[in-house]
Amino acid sequence: MAGAALASSSAVAEMDISGMAGVDTRYFFQDAAYPGQERVQLSAFLEPEVYTEWNDGLDSLLFKPFARVDNVDSERSHFDIRELQWLHLADTWETRVGIGKVFWGQTESLHLVDIINQTDMVEGVDGEDKLGQPMVNFRTFGDFGTVSAFVLPYFRERTFAGQDGRMRPPLPIDADGAVYESDDEEQHIDYALRWQKSIGTWEVGLSWFDGTSREPELVAPDLTSENPVVLPYYAQINQLGVDLLKVQGAWLLKFEGIYRTGQSEDFGAFVAGFERTSVGVFDTQYDLGVLVEYQYDERENNYFATGQNDLMAGLRWVLNDIDGTEVLAGIIQDLDDTSTYSAFIEASSRMTDNWRWRLDGYFFSSDDIDDTYYFIRRDDHIQFTLEYFF
Amino acid sequence: MFKLQSRTLLITVLCSLFVVPFAYSDSASEEEGLRIAKERKERDKGWNSSHADMTMVLRNAQGQAAEREMRVKSLEVDDDGDKALTIFDSPRDVSGTAFLSVSHALDPDEQWIYLPALKRVKRIASRNKSGPFMSSEFAFEDMSSFEVEKYKYDFIREEQFEGDDVFVIEQFPQDEFSGYSKQRVWVDKKHYRVRKVEFYDKKGDLLKTLEFEDYTLYKDKYWRPLRSYMHNVQTQKSTEMITHKLTFDVGLDESDFDKNSLRRAR
Repeated sequence: MAGAALASSSAVAEMDISGMAGVDTRYFFQDAAYPGQERVQLSAFLEPEVYTEWNDGLDSLLFKPFARVDNVDSERSHFDIRELQWLHLADTWETRVGIGKVFWGQTESLHLVDIINQTDMVEGVDGEDKLGQPMVNFRTFGDFGTVSAFVLPYFRERTFAGQDGRMRPPLPIDADGAVYESDDEEQHIDYALRWQKSIGTWEVGLSWFDGTSREPELVAPDLTSENPVVLPYYAQINQLGVDLLKVQGAWLLKFEGIYRTGQSEDFGAFVAGFERTSVGVFDTQYDLGVLVEYQYDERENNYFATGQNDLMAGLRWVLNDIDGTEVLAGIIQDLDDTSTYSAFIEASSRMTDNWRWRLDGYFFSSDDIDDTYYFIRRDDHIQFTLEYFF
Repeated sequence: MFKLQSRTLLITVLCSLFVVPFAYSDSASEEEGLRIAKERKERDKGWNSSHADMTMVLRNAQGQAAEREMRVKSLEVDDDGDKALTIFDSPRDVSGTAFLSVSHALDPDEQWIYLPALKRVKRIASRNKSGPFMSSEFAFEDMSSFEVEKYKYDFIREEQFEGDDVFVIEQFPQDEFSGYSKQRVWVDKKHYRVRKVEFYDKKGDLLKTLEFEDYTLYKDKYWRPLRSYMHNVQTQKSTEMITHKLTFDVGLDESDFDKNSLRRAR
């Protein structure tokens, strides 16, 4: 699209096609805890992107579908429209209409404030993959910062590993059997509002959400039925979020906090920590970042609230080489129970201008039979991915 | 006009007998260095805004080369550092990544990066200015705009460089977080264009040399090098920056250089 935003004066819209595709394999170190699960999982994915703009770039349309085929878990074989969005730009405002993705927040180990998009859980353990969210978004900016308002007319159900998939409770969560508080179910119209501003060395964000909770609660299974499953229950919630970042020399100080009402208990949760980066360590061109984040959540015995009183310590190693090699590794320790922790490593590097390899490893441990990590204690695995960009 | 006073010269000679000589620095040579730096800045004032299509060629010591394509939008800010928005087009895995830099004369620069896959704008700790820009031999601080207040100066000598008369001056970064102890700069007398820079690391050893080529005149006033070549003499890695197309007065203003413009960049 080089220069198109400025130079395009042609009346005929040009189509720009790009995207990525890849294959990945997961290898689990231990035999499965539950019947039907495998040790090796293979899959392939495709995410093309079609973009066109008109009106000298003031209007544009982006279409980004996504599909994955998995050889083990039928729930992981899925299709989604990540984006299908008309963007209109004006001097001090813009509108986005269609299916899109939005990110809110500042911390690394948990994204509490980020609530617009549903998590595509079967995609990645880190929860950073999101499903496309239908929206009408109006954003305006000025000296007051940026104010963004959302009307979200359709709800996306979270994806979960199926019967054959790993990283699930003893009984699979039946994503399609979702139960809603609202009679409108996924047709309930949600609203969200956000204000964000850079104030000197601070980044400040405030957000409000009113609608269907993206994070479900789990309904106890009916064990008398022939094929008992766990059902996700989506309540109507209000959530207030605050996210802060302060640049302090080589330090980035980060905070995210939420208060949510409407689920089985009202609760607060926060993440606070820092990232400190040293450049040119050990007389090399390497950057080495140290990340520490403390996670607090008032909820107890909630499958999704793993960061109740936990500490994440991690290292980010950026080699600054031609191949763009990066490694991020860390451990999240439960401060209430020494046996409960998880660890991760995420490394990637370029092979050619179009190919990149990626190696991710995730490790879970717990002796506490009520803990989420106990359910997936035998799901330690590495995932190797080859990505092709076009 | 610069005129060396004989009395100053005498004091210099006397001082140098008793004090460890600091590159023969004295108030007159410092003033001359500052004058050259101010004139260099003055002659470049008023360029307003520009848009450049560029290629960066990275080479490692083994000769392996990789190209990076990018577009750079720049805005001149009076009495402070300039603003720049860089959008990367290749390699494809970083295509769409945008980098916003608001430099300041004395305060730390402000920087943000937009990661399109995550739709996330991240603030960067600007103290890390000595780190490499996009794995190149250019550090972040080499990419930010030249401001007189960023350095202390010293005039070294006059000589010929590629057939032109030049001043050779040294500039000492005032920011303790700079990766350099000093820079030696060759400025031509006719147009006050920087022709060459030597960067010295914190230990005082020569680290990198930067040479500017293919100077082209824009708007009858502003000289821009279409090629710059940075060579790391310690690692033998190098980066060549090539400008394919440079346009001035492209109708950019402050609002094109905030975080919202990062998201809009494509």
